[in-house]
Amino acid sequence: MSTLLDIQDLAINFKTRSGDVHAVDGVSFQLEAGKVLGIAGESGCGKTTTALSIPRLLPSNARLVRGHILFDGVDLMQFSEGEIEKIRWKQISMVFQGAMNALNPVKTIGAQIIEPIVWHEPAIARGDANQRVLELLERVGIPAARARSYPHEFSGGMRQRVMIAMALACRPKLIISDEPVTALDVMIQAQILNLLKDLQKQMNLAMIFISHDLSVIAESCDEIAIMYAGKLVERGSIRKVFSQPAHPYTQALIRSFPNIYGKQELIHGIPGYPPNLIHPPTGCRFHERCDRCIDICAQSEPVLREVGEGQIAACHRIGETLP
Amino acid sequence: MLRFGLVLKKAVQVIITLFAVITFNFLLFRVLPGDPIRLIARAGNLSPEAISRLRDLFGLDKPLVTQYFYYLRNLFTGEFGMSYTYRRPVIDILQERIANTVILLAAATVIVVLIGVAAGVIAAARRGSKTDQSLVVTSLVFWSLPTFWTGLILVILLGVYVKAFPVSGITTPGASFDSSFARLLDLGKHLVLPTITLAIVDMGQFMLITRSTLVDVLTEDYILTGKAKGLPFRRVLWGHAVPNALLPIITTTALYVSLVIGGAIQVETVFSWPGMGRLMYDAVLRRDYPILEASFLFLAATVILANFLSDIMYMVIDPRVKEA
Repeated sequence: MSTLLDIQDLAINFKTRSGDVHAVDGVSFQLEAGKVLGIAGESGCGKTTTALSIPRLLPSNARLVRGHILFDGVDLMQFSEGEIEKIRWKQISMVFQGAMNALNPVKTIGAQIIEPIVWHEPAIARGDANQRVLELLERVGIPAARARSYPHEFSGGMRQRVMIAMALACRPKLIISDEPVTALDVMIQAQILNLLKDLQKQMNLAMIFISHDLSVIAESCDEIAIMYAGKLVERGSIRKVFSQPAHPYTQALIRSFPNIYGKQELIHGIPGYPPNLIHPPTGCRFHERCDRCIDICAQSEPVLREVGEGQIAACHRIGETLP
Repeated sequence: MLRFGLVLKKAVQVIITLFAVITFNFLLFRVLPGDPIRLIARAGNLSPEAISRLRDLFGLDKPLVTQYFYYLRNLFTGEFGMSYTYRRPVIDILQERIANTVILLAAATVIVVLIGVAAGVIAAARRGSKTDQSLVVTSLVFWSLPTFWTGLILVILLGVYVKAFPVSGITTPGASFDSSFARLLDLGKHLVLPTITLAIVDMGQFMLITRSTLVDVLTEDYILTGKAKGLPFRRVLWGHAVPNALLPIITTTALYVSLVIGGAIQVETVFSWPGMGRLMYDAVLRRDYPILEASFLFLAATVILANFLSDIMYMVIDPRVKEA
C-alpha cells in the first residue's frame, strides 16, 4: 500500500476583525490509497477546514501558516491556481452535504454531473460523456431518465446520491465527504453509507469522511482521527480507538453516546464549551473541560505519543493507570 | 421549459386585470372635478345651444352606464375619442408620442441594464476591493442625482460649452434631409443627451441590485461545489452564480420599463422631447380627459404586460417557479 495523502504539520489561520483564529494547528496524518479515514469532533474543531484545505478550497481570509499537503508525493500548497484547478475533481473530488444546497437549483442534475467531465477531459466525445453520466446515475441507484430533472425534484437522499454520482464523474483517487449524511433521516443515512462503502470498495477509492457523528464514522471508516479545538488529539484504527480510547476527550465523546445495549441512563455530556481559538488556552486545549486535568495540563502542551499499535494520542496522563 | 397551461393561466389573469383597470380608469374620470366643456368653451360666452351641441358631440349628456358601454365599444374599435385641446383623434397623438418615448426608452434601457448589470457583476466578483468600493460609491452618487439637474448640467457641458450635441427636440427644426440615413443620424444626435442622462441616473440601481444579489449567491454551497469541480472562477461566476442572480434583475427591469415609459417626464421636459411624459403633463394642466384616459390605460397596460413578460422569463430561467 502506498501513501496517497500525507498531511504534515498543517496550521491554518482565519483573519477576522477580532483577530486571527487558529482554526487548525499542527495537524498531521497519512492516508493510504483505498483506505477510509474518519475525522470527528465538535463543530468548529477544524475538521472541515482541514478537509477543504486539501484541494485548497478555503475562503480568501484563510491563511496557511505552515505545513505541507503531499498528494501522490507532490506538495499541493506549491501549486498555482491553474495547476490546482486541474487536480480538483479529477484527482480529489468532494461530497458535500448535498441534501442542503450543494447542487445548483437552476441546472439539471445531468448538466451538473457532465460539467466536470467535459471540463477535465476536453477530448471526450459528447456521446461518451452522456453515457458516463447515465452509468453514474444507475450506479448510485437513480433511474437514468431522471438526468433531466432539477435538484428540487429530488428528495434529500436522492440529492445526496446525485452528489455522489457527481463526485465519481472523473474517477478521482480521493473523495472528501464533508458531513455526507447529516440532515438525512436515519434510514436514508444507512442507505447512503452503504452506497458510499460499496463504491469505495469497488473503485478502490481513498476517502476522508468528516462527521460529528461517531456512529457514522464507526460504521464506514478504517481509521479515525479525533480533533479538538484545531488539534489532532487522537488517531488510530477504528477498533482500537473505540475499544481503548486513550485521550480523555475521546473517552468523553464515546461516553456521551447512548449505548442501546447497556442500561438506560442519561447521556453523559461534556460540560463547558470549546475554547476561543483567537486566544487558545495554554497547555492542553482540552484542560478546562477535562475531568483528569492536573497542574501540568495547563502549562505545557502534550505531544502525540504512541499508545498502542498504530494508535497515538496527545495527553500528559497517558501511561498512568486508568481510574 | 415553458408549460403552455401556466402561460395561459397567467394570460387570463392579465386580461382580468386589464379589464379592472379599464373600468377603474373610466370611473376615475367621471368623478374627477372640472367641467371639460367649460375648458373647451374658453371664450365664456357660448350660447347654451352651442354648449349642448358640444355635450352631445362628446357624449357627455348620456347616463354613466351608457357612457361606460360606449367607452368599452370604442376601446375595442381603437376609438379613443378626440382630444379636447388638440382637436385631433387621441389615437393619432398617442401613437406619435409613444413612438418617441419608446425610441428614447429603448436606447436608455439597453444601456442602463447592460452597463448596470456588468458593473454589478464586476463589483460582486471583486467584493471588498478598491474597484468594488468605487463602483458602489459612484452608483450611489449617480442614483442620488436629480434627473433634471443632471440633464441641465449635461446641456451646459455638452450642449453649450462643447457644442457637441443638440439640446432640445427630436429633430433639427426646419432641416431637410437628403437620405433616410441623414434623418436617422439627426435623430441619433438628439438622442445622445437624454439617453446619457437616463443612463447616469438609473444605472446605479441595476448595479447595486445585481451586486447585492450576486454577493448573496456567491456564498451558496453550489458555488463551492463549482470551485471544487476545478472550474476557474469566471466560469463559476457566469455559469453558476449569474443565472441564479437573474430573477431580481428581471423584476427590476420590468419595473424600470413601466416606470420610465410614464416617468421620463423630467428628461422629456428638460430636453423638450415630445414623448408620453410631456403629453400627460400638458394634458393634466389642460384637463384633456380623453388624452389622460388613453395615456393611463396605456401605462397600466404597459405595467401589466411588463410583469407578464417577467413572469414568463421567471419560468424560463428558474425551473422551481413552475411549481408555484
